[in-house]
Amino acid sequence: MTNSLTMDTPAERRRLDEMHQGLVGEPLDRPDGPLKVSGRATYAHEWNLEDTAYGVLVRATIAKGKAAIANRAEIEAMDGVLTVLTDNRFLRNPAQGTAGEAPVQSGLDVEYFGQPVALVVAETFEQARHAAQAVIFDGEAEADVPFDPEAVDPEEQEDETVDQGDLDAAMREAAHSIDAVYRTAGHAAAAMEPHCSIASWDGDELTLRGSYQMLKYNVAELADALGIDEDKVRILSPFVGGGFGSKLGISPEAVSAAIAAKALGRPVVVNMARQQVFDAILRRSETRQHVRLAADEDGRLTGIGHEALVSNAPGEEFAEPVTQSTHFLYAGESRKLGLSIARIHRTPAGSVRAPGEAVGMPVLECAMDELAEAAAIDPVELRKRNIPERHPEEDIPFSSRKYVEALDEGARRFGWDKRNRHPGGLVEGEWLIGHGMAGASRVNMLNAAEARVTLSADGHATVETDMTDIGTGTYAILSQVAGEMLGLPIDKVETKLGDSSFPKGPGSGGSWGASSSGSAVFLACEEIRKAICERLDCEESDLTLKDGTATAGNRSLPLADLLGGDDLVGEGKIEPGKTGEECAQATYGAYFCEVAVNRYTGETRVRRMTGVFGAGRILNRKTATSQCLGGITWGIGMALTEELVHDPRDGHIVNRDLAEYHVPVNLDVPQIDIVLLDERDDAASPIQAKGIGELGLCGAAGAVANAIYNATGIRVRNFPITLDKLIGELPGS
Amino acid sequence: MKPFDYRRAESPSDATDAGARIIAGGTNLLDLMKLEIERPDTLIDINRLDLKAIEETEEGGLRIGALVTNSDCAADPRIRRDYGVLARAILAGASGQLRNKATTGGNLCQRTRCGYFYDTAMPCNKRDPGSGCQAKDGFNRIHAVLGASEACIATYPGDMAVAMTALDATVEIESKGGETRIVPVADFHRLPGDTPERDNVLDPGDLITAVTLPPPPGGVHLYRKVRDRASYAFALVSVAAVVTIADGRFERVALAFGGLAHKPWRDPRVEELLTGEEPGPALFDEAAEMLLADAEGHGHNDFKIPLAWRTLRAVLTEASERGDTA
Ligand SMILES: Cc1cc2nc3c(=O)[nH]c(=O)nc-3n(C[C@H](O)[C@H](O)[C@H](O)COP(=O)(O)OP(=O)(O)OC[C@H]3O[C@@H](n4cnc5c(N)ncnc54)[C@H](O)[C@@H]3O)c2cc1C
Ligand code: SF4
Repeated sequence: MTNSLTMDTPAERRRLDEMHQGLVGEPLDRPDGPLKVSGRATYAHEWNLEDTAYGVLVRATIAKGKAAIANRAEIEAMDGVLTVLTDNRFLRNPAQGTAGEAPVQSGLDVEYFGQPVALVVAETFEQARHAAQAVIFDGEAEADVPFDPEAVDPEEQEDETVDQGDLDAAMREAAHSIDAVYRTAGHAAAAMEPHCSIASWDGDELTLRGSYQMLKYNVAELADALGIDEDKVRILSPFVGGGFGSKLGISPEAVSAAIAAKALGRPVVVNMARQQVFDAILRRSETRQHVRLAADEDGRLTGIGHEALVSNAPGEEFAEPVTQSTHFLYAGESRKLGLSIARIHRTPAGSVRAPGEAVGMPVLECAMDELAEAAAIDPVELRKRNIPERHPEEDIPFSSRKYVEALDEGARRFGWDKRNRHPGGLVEGEWLIGHGMAGASRVNMLNAAEARVTLSADGHATVETDMTDIGTGTYAILSQVAGEMLGLPIDKVETKLGDSSFPKGPGSGGSWGASSSGSAVFLACEEIRKAICERLDCEESDLTLKDGTATAGNRSLPLADLLGGDDLVGEGKIEPGKTGEECAQATYGAYFCEVAVNRYTGETRVRRMTGVFGAGRILNRKTATSQCLGGITWGIGMALTEELVHDPRDGHIVNRDLAEYHVPVNLDVPQIDIVLLDERDDAASPIQAKGIGELGLCGAAGAVANAIYNATGIRVRNFPITLDKLIGELPGS
Repeated sequence: MKPFDYRRAESPSDATDAGARIIAGGTNLLDLMKLEIERPDTLIDINRLDLKAIEETEEGGLRIGALVTNSDCAADPRIRRDYGVLARAILAGASGQLRNKATTGGNLCQRTRCGYFYDTAMPCNKRDPGSGCQAKDGFNRIHAVLGASEACIATYPGDMAVAMTALDATVEIESKGGETRIVPVADFHRLPGDTPERDNVLDPGDLITAVTLPPPPGGVHLYRKVRDRASYAFALVSVAAVVTIADGRFERVALAFGGLAHKPWRDPRVEELLTGEEPGPALFDEAAEMLLADAEGHGHNDFKIPLAWRTLRAVLTEASERGDTA
């Protein structure tokens, strides 16, 4: 019994609104929360398998060339050492999200400083680490290796290019125009839990306990990397200590653990140290962005240019899609958008939370702020004037879009009318106070998802899917959807995740997890409701399920009685379809920010922030709000502190720990006011939900930067805005 | 981490006679050992020694035992009342958890945060004498602008010692054989010269037993730490100031700076320049100019020179706005 739906037409009914349990949307606690805070949630490293050996990866210390271990015999003779492995199947870097096949496997061929090239396995972790530190390489390093993305000839990404109308002419004829180059730094996902895998074999069957976001793809990637069949691989990932994109694809520790476990005939755990995560896990590319805005006297855009340069290693297809939301957010007849990629030998780049909009939106929104000032128009009004009727490049309609509402509601709650209107003019003691705003936009995606729901004879339900919960609330929301559809209190529903033997979910990525897997659970429950109707001999529309009781017409009976000892099993399957192409789907929002900049030292403190978001139906107001809080926190980090620093001579990451790579700490993040707008997007999914996991940062840094400008009169076009970029121009310099 | 022997000292002489690596809170040493930047053969654990008290001295000052934790020191009512600059400096450092473990002796001896020192694949004269300094032409945002050498441009990263320097505190050191010597905190850390592997004046076997503060200096106590985020980051520049103003003039000025050099930086000439003068922007600029006349950036850290200038101006402005305090 599989209820399949391809999203070819918008949903005609809002079934969840017709249900009676009242669970969906409620700010329920996460059922995994108590397990996590009391240490009972088993993370990847915490499975104590008998006879486990410990592996530690060894990195290359050249940027390009061939590595060779000079002292293998010496290492093998060290205390406790079981083996020193090098293997052509070792991964150069993690697979890109949704790759579904092995990434580059380069063995001892080195393409960046820090690439894992060997694995030392020993009886204890300490022995393995000490031996790994003693490995000496004597490979051949190549000279003249490119590290600087702005110093090489980039490759243009044809499919990202738009050249419509005549932007040069629009710029010439514009009443107001902006032509500026912005830069954003590279970022690390910096998930709290480092990457870890335990591999164990039973004959030719591999079980991998790892920390992964997308199991259906990860199984395929791991099987491909090892050259074995997918049905021989099982991955368990019930708890993931943060991912932010860094655990989308199978990564080097998993493949090396599997190879070592096979060779030694015992389980092998490979846990990456924090520094190794920085070295070898995909980073967010730095960007250079050339933005051009042409507007008429009233601030109506006649042209938009957004051309970005990003970087990646040779052979990686991923290119940070910087202009993703620029394609449709604002009107403008003439458009020139482009993306180029520089091939360099730094740690390869990949998806880090909100790839594209995370860095593209803040820049677009800073340029809009510049335009608002040039045209002397309220920045909120400027945006509202430029919201297009239809997709300006593809001429298709938009699905539900709450951009105007977010701008208006945010302005009202923040008190935008009382903002400082004179850049550099509002002083409180040592502090210059400023206000800024920015819009938020993130493309919405649905991904194929399956789920199984079992309504057991005793009247409780179990949801099963290989979907993951990376701290986001999947356990909570899937139980809420099932409980709503089946009329069960939340404590009668259990959700089981993170086992690749369960029906294939969409994985946690691209913000599609909740809407896609929620839809699969919804469809599975519809199947069960149908079976209940058969037993009650009623029409589906006459069925009411609430608190474990089925009611149809004037008959009412407990589910347990109705089931009479049987289990009802429903499977649901959702696939993206034509609604994804025939209308432009995205989520929207607005940020408002107040900062204080110290006029002596240039230190910036964010004093308050408001974020208003529209992301379709909200499945759980608490977990959705938390996603937005986290997103804005990321925005503050991007605006003020986060920056991967690469050595100019060999490209290695210099600030490779959390003491020197500065994510925001509590004191950097003020109280943040989050508003979730009431919305249903029928084109997005049968449950009218869209993605919300990434929206919170898609522009946030722009609001901070615009507030800094408003406070100081200094426009820094180079993120992060650290104090050294301000003090040269602050008063009294 | 290299395998090592572990012993527990029952008396100071156990610690000094061994000539081995001392471990106190372990918050710095263990990190460095895991990365094999430090590779001691033997660790001698001093945590059982009777060095955990803050006692009043005959001179009217305080003697802070080497094992007094940063948390306890900053919370001591006498420190808070009479040596506010020290309590503030300690609380500006690290995090609550770290300060609960970190000790007075260990804090003084914490090592630089230079990224090349921390990466054993990189040449570094401090970690591996004679191998070179990779920071000079590399990423040197956090590095020194004063007192650096050809061999090393690292900074001393701590906060506590900066305040102690401004307070004229002294370090009590017991050596092998039981001999004790007293070294001003201002002279405890060294400039790198051509032996950057030596951070301070301790010889193998030397045990810090206490830090002594002279009688309360009075005045306004300020510790201003400028860093890349609001908390939990090392200083880019910090200023410890103990300032007394009488009749509209600086009567006594003690200033120490963190983040600028391989040691807490104190420049008596600057204090002399200010003493007896009427506070004002021109005077502050003169002081900053004198302080930074020989400052030299290495690229990424050039900004520290104007930053130190401006931070000094901010601190002196704040001190003078507090008015007569004598
Ligand atoms: C993430 C992080 C952030 C931090 N941020 C800051 C900051 O902002 N500001 C700041 O000032 N500090 C900061 N610190 C450093 C912290 O203050 C030090 O780690 C701590 O003070 C060291 O004290 P400890 O007792 O743990 O020393 P240990 O690690 O035990 O020892 C450090 C060194 O001192 C030697 N030593 C210890 N006691 C004695 C003694 N009695 N006699 C002789 N030698 C001795 C040891 O041999 C060793 O070489 C930070 C540390 C971390 C990990
Ligand atoms: S500055 Fe000093 S610590 Fe840093 S690399 Fe150079 S020698 Fe080593």
